Amino acid sequence: MSTIEATGLVKHYGEVKALDGLDLFVPEGTILGLLGPNGAGKTTAVNILTTLIRPTAGAATVAGADVVKSPGKVRKRIGLSGQFAAVDENLTGFENLDMIGRLYRLGRDSARVRARELLERFDLTEAGDRPVKTYSGGMRRRLDLAGAIVAEPPVLFLDEPTTGLDPRSRTEMWGVIRDLVGKGTTLLLTTQYLEEADQLADDIVVIDHGREIAHGTADELKAMIGGERIEVTVTTTDAVAQARDILATFSGGEVQVNERSRKLIAPMSGGSVEFRHVLRDLEAAGIAVYDVGMRRPTLDDVFLTLTGDVAESGLDSQEEKVGV
Amino acid sequence: MNSLMWAAHDSHVIAKRNVIKIRRVPEVLMFVLISPIMFVLLFAYVFGNSIDIPGGSYREFLIGGIFAQTVIFGATFTGAGLADDMQKGIMDRFRALPMSRAAVLVGRTASDVIYNVLSLLIMALTGLLVGWRINEGLVSAALGFALLLAFAYAFSWVMAYVGLLVPSVEVINNASFVVIFPLTFVANTFVPAENLPGVLRTFAEWNPVSAVTQAARELFGNIPPGTPEPTAWPLENAVLYTIIWIFVIIAIFAPLSVNRYRKAR
Repeated sequence: MSTIEATGLVKHYGEVKALDGLDLFVPEGTILGLLGPNGAGKTTAVNILTTLIRPTAGAATVAGADVVKSPGKVRKRIGLSGQFAAVDENLTGFENLDMIGRLYRLGRDSARVRARELLERFDLTEAGDRPVKTYSGGMRRRLDLAGAIVAEPPVLFLDEPTTGLDPRSRTEMWGVIRDLVGKGTTLLLTTQYLEEADQLADDIVVIDHGREIAHGTADELKAMIGGERIEVTVTTTDAVAQARDILATFSGGEVQVNERSRKLIAPMSGGSVEFRHVLRDLEAAGIAVYDVGMRRPTLDDVFLTLTGDVAESGLDSQEEKVGV
Repeated sequence: MNSLMWAAHDSHVIAKRNVIKIRRVPEVLMFVLISPIMFVLLFAYVFGNSIDIPGGSYREFLIGGIFAQTVIFGATFTGAGLADDMQKGIMDRFRALPMSRAAVLVGRTASDVIYNVLSLLIMALTGLLVGWRINEGLVSAALGFALLLAFAYAFSWVMAYVGLLVPSVEVINNASFVVIFPLTFVANTFVPAENLPGVLRTFAEWNPVSAVTQAARELFGNIPPGTPEPTAWPLENAVLYTIIWIFVIIAIFAPLSVNRYRKAR
């Protein structure tokens, strides 16, 4: 039996179907990455599994307890770190963790010891007695995550733990999360970034419009959508069509064209050799290039390939490359 | 520990958290203390001399009304605090914790009593400076203050419920005006209920705000001899009527709010 089991989860808000029949299974001690764009239903799924909202239909158990019938039991076994760092900014880091410990009913002394221990572990010892107001975004997220593991729950939910963080804080956060799961915690992690799921998750479920559209390991998903991407931006609109023909001769997949920004994107599998050939042919054709590069597939690529649709975050969000 | 003791424990933890905030954001406290001074002075000097009360001083009559109005407005803090917690996402953290479902609300309403204790203290001192007097002895006056606080506490459960319904702190501030202004004005707070016309008079006579005001005046000894006796039952039995309302409000709004907290959003 899986530690997290959800079958046929449905959540309607009036006409809007936030979840439309989602199944999730997370075996004990593994990490599931729930990957999808804004509005795909990731947070709704987390909110149902953490007892914050009730599903319109479907059933779910977490660590053996039913989320609708015995939410109290579920709450004793989970930790949640939400999308917005849910810490009290008027309290100090220590006071926040101490309060959460008391509310998990650890007892006065244990709550204090645990708070100090976590501050040290999350590199917040120095800031521990300052109000959270004075913390940076990364520090708040670390404190929020520390709050989720105060009672060492066997099951952890992290809803977009790195959204809005700068690349350095993000990498730090990944280290912290990896460390947690090394200790046998079962984790459900939501993210908008394939790279993040790739770095952390054993198994990835891609969702859109409240439904699963793909499921597999990071490698399986990448294989499904075909390797790396080449991105070319040409200097004149006239050259776009010609550049497109050149890219098409190398690429196995469809070439994406944005006329307005004069940007072309194509899947590639031939590595740097093929990349050099593309450059050579572009030069031979006399096409002036403004920008060119190779990159790993992003969530947008996954979406484009799986749904034929650009992810809601839009083509331009490819600037938001992850994993520096 | 049984579940009731745990609920008390959790509420205490939450109340402590709210008290820390009062200390860390002293600006809020400053306004809480300045506005009652302002109210007492404005009403005492702007209206205090222009309205006649048969056989007594309008200023002395007013103070009880100002006390009642101010502590009832204090309930807005409860609603605003809860709306703020929801907006900032910390409410979701509490709701996902294995803590008592009533604690966030019990802790909040309890810690907000501090605001009203302080504002009553400040108003009483200001009142004494402008000529208000306690004429019925200290025990009776203490009962008057206790009744005002208890009524304000009950009313903070109404605003707790409103705070859980609205989407943001801005809305609660406006919502509280819509609820509290009519309640505190169509009452005997600033003019005797008998002076109001028709329907307004009936409303004012049965309005619990009138009763708590009347009770405070009686307990402070601010009803001058020769004032016509009120003829409506709630005002004749102001203390009893106020106590009944305190229990009714809590009995309705505490379960309503806790239920709303359980399924917020």
